[in-house]
Amino acid sequence: MNYLVESLRQIMGAKPSRPTKAEQSAEVRTIYAGKRGHLTKADVEKVRHEHIKACCNQWQRRRWLVLILVNLLFVVSYFFDVQLLEGALTASRFVGFHMADLNASLQVMLAYKHLVLNLIIGTVTVFILWLLLGGRTFCSWVCPYHLLSEWADYLHVWLVKKRLIKNHTFNRKVRGIFYVIFALLALLSGYTVFETISPTGILSRALIYGPGVALIWVGLLLLFEVFYSRRAWCRYVCPIGVTYGLVGLASPIRVKYNAVDCHHEGDCRKVCLVPHVLDLTIRGAAYDVNQDVGADCTRCGMCVDVCPTNSLTYEIKGLSKMLSGAAETR
Amino acid sequence: MTEKRPLKRGKKPLTPVRREQSRREFLRSTALVVGVATASIMGVVPLVRGTSLRLRPPGALKTPEDEQAFFASCIKCGQCVQVCPVQAIKLADLDDGFGVGVPYIEPREQACDFSCDGLQCVLACPTGALTHDLDYPADTRMGFARLARPEACLAVQGKGFKGVARGPDYKGLLRYEEIDRWNPLPVAAHPYDLELCDLCVRQCPIEIRIKQCKEEKRRNKRRSSARVAQRVGNECPPKHAINMNLVQLANGETRMEPSVKRGCVGCGVCEMICPVEGPAIVVDIDKTTDSLKHRGKCWSSGPPDRNKECSSNKVRRGG
Repeated sequence: MNYLVESLRQIMGAKPSRPTKAEQSAEVRTIYAGKRGHLTKADVEKVRHEHIKACCNQWQRRRWLVLILVNLLFVVSYFFDVQLLEGALTASRFVGFHMADLNASLQVMLAYKHLVLNLIIGTVTVFILWLLLGGRTFCSWVCPYHLLSEWADYLHVWLVKKRLIKNHTFNRKVRGIFYVIFALLALLSGYTVFETISPTGILSRALIYGPGVALIWVGLLLLFEVFYSRRAWCRYVCPIGVTYGLVGLASPIRVKYNAVDCHHEGDCRKVCLVPHVLDLTIRGAAYDVNQDVGADCTRCGMCVDVCPTNSLTYEIKGLSKMLSGAAETR
Repeated sequence: MTEKRPLKRGKKPLTPVRREQSRREFLRSTALVVGVATASIMGVVPLVRGTSLRLRPPGALKTPEDEQAFFASCIKCGQCVQVCPVQAIKLADLDDGFGVGVPYIEPREQACDFSCDGLQCVLACPTGALTHDLDYPADTRMGFARLARPEACLAVQGKGFKGVARGPDYKGLLRYEEIDRWNPLPVAAHPYDLELCDLCVRQCPIEIRIKQCKEEKRRNKRRSSARVAQRVGNECPPKHAINMNLVQLANGETRMEPSVKRGCVGCGVCEMICPVEGPAIVVDIDKTTDSLKHRGKCWSSGPPDRNKECSSNKVRRGG
């Protein structure tokens, strides 16, 4: 299945496609067949245990550091008036260069129906930035709501484990529906309706300009995620994620899955914010030995951290080819 | 059941439990869409009730009747907030509905006194919500001042004013150019001693500009051609915004009274500096000098009258 088509289907909420035996490459079929009855439960547990001992969640640490630093840069720029990164996440100037959040700028363009040069410059700059960096990378590496949501997630998972609450899922197609609804609302009403309830914008402004009543909304969303539905806003509502997901379709930064050593235990799917993208790690679900995780992936690296067999790794598409090509010509 | 129809992968018939689960998920999802969409649309309520109407920064795309264009074009980033030297600009909260994150000015707390000269907020705006059509303070149309409570006005009562205008705890800043050209100073650190209170006229940025223009003119008499380019569009002196007028009271006494003129841009400094609690002079945010149409003879014949047609209705801006 084509990467673009498959990613687009997943972003719009369709179930990840499963290959028939005929669609799978012969190589991956042999790998699947070879795994049958090969490892005992004890073997798997041993590998997992060793990994937990050795591992340190390094990608999560790096990501949190980046997320906090980026948001802190906004705060510090204003607080100390150093003019490094002025503005908020919706639009800013990085040492004087315009930057505009793609979804915020889309909302403004739909509502206002004029194109302003500065906004276009900012939008194109940010488009290129996230095209290079992976699209939904924005979600997990920059969005301040993501961090709070991650913490709420720990609480949610713990409560579920204690059998105090139950997780309720929604149909993933609603996010696509929301995307259309918010676009239409902006276009028809002439107001940037989504910005009113966007926790990303609210949080970013609250950090920089001081807290306000709007934080109550963010609090309610977090309570909803803790007690009712895991990561509901990011998974089922947020149009920012869809916008960056679409940018990520053509991005070279991806998470790559290699089926050779995978135990198909599903540890990665348990920690994943958008677990449907990792359905390809289910036994028999990959088309080929090496397959890229779809563009709806936020490139958060949780699966890379947790995978005991290094079957999931970051890759920069084309870079390894370029490097090997360079080595050959030498 | 002799024939087994080949089933498509993933389209197995659902067990009753599974069917119930998927029915519930569908209902939940519908509720989510309706709920979140409703929550977002609730943002229209403050607009309908008119509680989101506020004094906006210079250049805000705002017609008195409709703020829609301003709300639509603003990307809610607060870059205007960051550049304002007197921190006059604030961002609205969620109780403003769709106006959340949109900049406004609370003139009584801190008015825009054009300390920055070059309209920094307009230059900072990435989306043109603060329109780049204006270059100078006198081009601004934020609102229009009005002597709302003449009976409270110290000048009308014939009183002077001694002390700090808004009390020692007042946080507001103004540029006192004769003291410091570059840094606005706290109003609380600047006591006045006036025989007749004329703070609203004295501190009006437009009136200060007029004085500067006259001063400059006198100094540069010999080199009158200097800096012509800078003058284009930057009328110097600009039109008067406020002055003290002699008025006759009902009991026959004559008193001085601040009188708002067509040069008023609605920056709110008069409202800010007015030492009377519950200021005697306020800025109407639903009016500007353009919307009042008081030009030429109409204006000189008394206070502006919206219903009166004016004979010389020349368009001032862009002309």
